Amino acid sequence: MSKKVAFLQGNEACALGALYAGCRFFAGYPITPSTEVAEVMAKELPKVGGAFIQMEDEIAAMAAVIGASLTGIKSLTATSGPGFSLKQENLGYACITEVPCVIINVMRGGPSTGMPTGPSQSDVMQAKWGTHGDHPAICLVPASVQELFTETVRAFNLAEKYRTPVTVMPDEIVGHMRERIVFPEPGELPVINRTAPSVSPQSYQPYDTSFGDIPPLAAFGSGYRFHVTGLNKAQDGFPTTRADIVQAEEERQVRKIENAVDDIVTYEEYLLDDAEVVVIAFGSIARSARYAVNAARKNGIKAGLFRIITYWPFPDRQIRALAERAKAVIVPEMNLGMTVHEVRRCVEGRVPVSGIFRVDGEPISPNEIFARIQEVR
Amino acid sequence: MSCSRYEIRFSGAGGQGLILAGIIMGEAAAIFEGKQAVQSQSYGPEARGGASKSEVIISDEPIDFPKATSVDALLALTQQACDKYSKDLKEGGILLVDSDLVKKLPKGNFTVVRFPIINTAKNEVGRTIVANIVALGAMVALSGIVSRESALKAVLSRVPEAFVELNRKAFETGYNRALEARG
Repeated sequence: MSKKVAFLQGNEACALGALYAGCRFFAGYPITPSTEVAEVMAKELPKVGGAFIQMEDEIAAMAAVIGASLTGIKSLTATSGPGFSLKQENLGYACITEVPCVIINVMRGGPSTGMPTGPSQSDVMQAKWGTHGDHPAICLVPASVQELFTETVRAFNLAEKYRTPVTVMPDEIVGHMRERIVFPEPGELPVINRTAPSVSPQSYQPYDTSFGDIPPLAAFGSGYRFHVTGLNKAQDGFPTTRADIVQAEEERQVRKIENAVDDIVTYEEYLLDDAEVVVIAFGSIARSARYAVNAARKNGIKAGLFRIITYWPFPDRQIRALAERAKAVIVPEMNLGMTVHEVRRCVEGRVPVSGIFRVDGEPISPNEIFARIQEVR
Repeated sequence: MSCSRYEIRFSGAGGQGLILAGIIMGEAAAIFEGKQAVQSQSYGPEARGGASKSEVIISDEPIDFPKATSVDALLALTQQACDKYSKDLKEGGILLVDSDLVKKLPKGNFTVVRFPIINTAKNEVGRTIVANIVALGAMVALSGIVSRESALKAVLSRVPEAFVELNRKAFETGYNRALEARG
């Protein structure tokens, strides 16, 4: 039987990816350019026994998602810059309570209300540092409609596996463009569910590290009773200020992701084997970069593309390795310089790194990148 | 970069249905002809009015950059859109305009096709609202990048039963008028 094919918008594919992953709860507040995610979830969730709720604002939506996930239901919210700012407080709550959930942030121009219909890539630092305190971050930056589907599935898998919030951040172009998508059959992509406790309700502790760095999470309503708080907590879930416990718990929460970078970090290498000029890009701008790299190759320039798919944890090791071979690195991005600093941190001065930055609501064109490749070769 | 890359831009004012016209063109290519297609759009914060564009890239190979770089065929339904979006129309490209609304044409070596698109929808087809489908029919005829049959199938697969005939008529009228106007 031939596979199901459609010509879909990125945001629609994102919602269908969430459903494929088993998401059965959505809470949100509509905002351009993410609204289509909510629209599809509102239409589809009731058909599969799920629930959709439009909350009074983004803060409440994030709270609802955490609450729903604690009952064992995979939960999603979708927003854009201003809403992502509002969600930060409760995003931190999901980090410290270690509640799996997925946040879609379709990036538009900012700060504040910014340019609602214009594309941007300027929230990537906020995805890691937006909520206060030390915490792990996983952030995925897909570049096509198909990938927005599959990365949303992966986001749920990572959230469930590592008991942590995961953000998926397409830029507005990826969220709003339409492409052909081939739907994976059920079972074709892995779908991971969180580990349930193997102990009795009486002996269950929500942060029991005897099970490793990722303690099993019981579902509310299944007979297991436990305390959930935004305060630093001990392994029984109740608040503590005991220095050794707080230190150990904070370290464990960061370590559970740091130790798993090989499982989490994904990227695409294009014509890098002999590349002297390396372009590092993500989202829609990686597509401009690929076009420019092809143009450069036709002009006899050894150019290649490193496409970031997992933005956080940042692909440190892979980019460090590129610095050993490349003569120049170019980082085009729709912000005034964010990824470029991460790249410089990784290459430690071994290769010159330059950025191409745009925040005027227009994508960086292949020609702009091609021109820079010619300059730095 | 591939030579098969063909770029189409539908432009006009928000609310004229140009994004939908682009989507249908994309569906005709991607679903009914098995080609690669990417559709994207750019519009202002207004619900209606303001310059709006919808772009479709069609290729036999995977499409990297999803936006137009050098436009092969451009539709402009308003003067504002024509002024704003005709800059990257390529030499020898096709420019289709509504002859009632676009009086000032950009300078350049283009194949210019003019006919009263919105008025045709209103008076010949019977409903102003199908002006986008008239325009789509015209762009299919002029570009030749998807077949008449695939495009019509794509139009009709989007339309409720009660509006099939209206849209078929809009598409065919646009298709034929564009060929007559080109001469």
